[in-house]
Amino acid sequence: MISRALPLYVTIAIFLVAYAICYAQFPAMLSTRVIGNLLTDNAYLGIVAVGMTIVILSGGIDLSVGSVIAFSGVFIAVLLRDTGLHPIVVFALLLAVTTTFGALMGGFIHLLGMPPFIVTLAGMFLARGAAYMLTIDSVPIRHAFYDAIQSSYYLMPGKGRLTLIGVLMLLSVAAGMLLAHRTRFGASVFALGGGEATARLMGVEVGRTTVLIYAFSGFMAGLSGIVFSIYTGSGYPLATVGTELTAIAAVVIGGTLLTGGSGYVFGTLVGVLTMGLVQTYIVFDGSLSSWWTKIVIGILLLVFIVLQKLLLRLTQARLAPLGAAA
Amino acid sequence: MMPQALRRVLPQILTLAAVVMLVTLVFPTFLSISVSDGRLVGPVIDILKRGAPIGLLAIGMTLVIASRGIDLSVGTVMAICGAVAATAIVNGWGLGPALLLALAAGLAAGLWNGFLVAVIGIQPIVATLILMTAGRGIAQLITEGRILTFSHPGLAFLGSGSLFGIPVPALLWLAAAIAVTLLMRRTALGLLIEAIGVNRRASALAGVNARVLLIAVYMASGLCAAVAGLIATADIRGADANNAGLWLELDAILAVVIGGNSLMGGRFSIAASVLGALIIQTIDTGILLAGFPSEYNLVLKAALVIIILILQSPRLAADWQLWRRSRSGLSGSHAAATPKPKESLR
Repeated sequence: MISRALPLYVTIAIFLVAYAICYAQFPAMLSTRVIGNLLTDNAYLGIVAVGMTIVILSGGIDLSVGSVIAFSGVFIAVLLRDTGLHPIVVFALLLAVTTTFGALMGGFIHLLGMPPFIVTLAGMFLARGAAYMLTIDSVPIRHAFYDAIQSSYYLMPGKGRLTLIGVLMLLSVAAGMLLAHRTRFGASVFALGGGEATARLMGVEVGRTTVLIYAFSGFMAGLSGIVFSIYTGSGYPLATVGTELTAIAAVVIGGTLLTGGSGYVFGTLVGVLTMGLVQTYIVFDGSLSSWWTKIVIGILLLVFIVLQKLLLRLTQARLAPLGAAA
Repeated sequence: MMPQALRRVLPQILTLAAVVMLVTLVFPTFLSISVSDGRLVGPVIDILKRGAPIGLLAIGMTLVIASRGIDLSVGTVMAICGAVAATAIVNGWGLGPALLLALAAGLAAGLWNGFLVAVIGIQPIVATLILMTAGRGIAQLITEGRILTFSHPGLAFLGSGSLFGIPVPALLWLAAAIAVTLLMRRTALGLLIEAIGVNRRASALAGVNARVLLIAVYMASGLCAAVAGLIATADIRGADANNAGLWLELDAILAVVIGGNSLMGGRFSIAASVLGALIIQTIDTGILLAGFPSEYNLVLKAALVIIILILQSPRLAADWQLWRRSRSGLSGSHAAATPKPKESLR
């Protein structure tokens, strides 16, 4: 039991140690301004990573989310430009579209019995292509409602801004934690990640659960697209290329097993914040080049994957004598 | 033997013919080839040339996928090798060392991936994801964030030169495809890789050195990516660490899947994968020639993948067999339920 939560503890410890190192070098890092920005800048990533965590916990993968975020931004921008709809209506429409899109992918994965990797790859092409077909330009969003959202924040002590989208990300993580760890659906997700045959024998409705998992991921990608459009104030079909891989990296750094069946949604938040911290440190330092972000994230990925492998070996070694005795 | 090999690639040839016909309908001079300055020119030749990176990556990817793996890092390995070659040329080390260093970088990347997969035992998607994430950073580290341009005629020849009127990139990938096919089919190597892909444990018990072979497969993929990276860099006479080979790994995987190779490993055909790469490149070029906006490209690709997925689906195949058996009056209900995802191995 301890070994299962160990990756989460290691993630949290690495984050705290990293933050302490940053603080020792730049005391300003601990200000609420930096913390507020950390939440705001990574809001869209955090939201989409929650959906990705559920998918990965079930032993799947969703490569389409980056394209879906770009599609969402373009969809919102074009609809607001060409029709008189209120943003709230547009948001509802968009979430319906992306959730259906995710559900369709889940249906395909289940019905065709093909690896999620390749089905969601097709989804990635489709969503990006759909975004291109709407427009190939960057479309600015000008709406009083958007201005209102963008300027709504809670001023924390120390002049840090806790923005609406930052709060939305924290709420999404909380919702994801409840969904994964406290509901029947969450239990089915974990069971599916442990093995499809076992899950079926346990009475999990595999088809329904698979569809729901990818629908949830599509919903979160749509929500993340809304947040991204608020963050950038525009829709651009070439935006967020490769976000799916960043999200997967955040989930892995957060201590979730990529084979599925073990992990914590809260770890994903820590993973996202760790990656954000690396970026913030590079900005603070000023002399380091931006490519170090990628290299450090790659090293972090390696460390966590090897750590997981070691833990798996240890648990197996501990269980082996039991099996021999029985 | 020959007719059987032909039957294997027949769907790909038919698809390619259909795509070519469609493009010719909209763009009548598509098939025309003329000679200018002693070299062949024409849309078809252009496709053979532009398809070189995807074709080369597809060759390596076929081997990796046959061993039940996947290599997500090939696009970034292209960027790294291009950066290495350009740096060597700019520093005046000469063509030979530049090529050797670039190929060595590709082999090293493959060795790293193979080590993670075969020795540490990480799943291939994750293992190669590490290099995919970090690789572009490494390439930028080598070029120091700039686009390194050079004007070395020797290296540029690899990308834009021609031999006997045929562009060098086209010759390179055709030669690589033939060489690897011969190596795989004239020796037992191909069979052994298929054995690992079908069941690594069983093949290891049967005496196949799965660990060494797996590492070799990833190194072959790295080498293919290195040559592809050299061509891409030589073509634009500059190393662009950010954009060289960007998302080409997905196109390469797509080419292998269009080639009818199962993502679950096992039987493979390099000829079919290369045809898959040609189909993708023909669609890419065809859409441009036909005057369609290139936005349609991705949607078309997605539609193609979905059709192929439906054709390849193990679950639908099992249902189809069940249906056929029930039609022919055989009481094979439990027999038909047993065929597990061991899909259409012709």
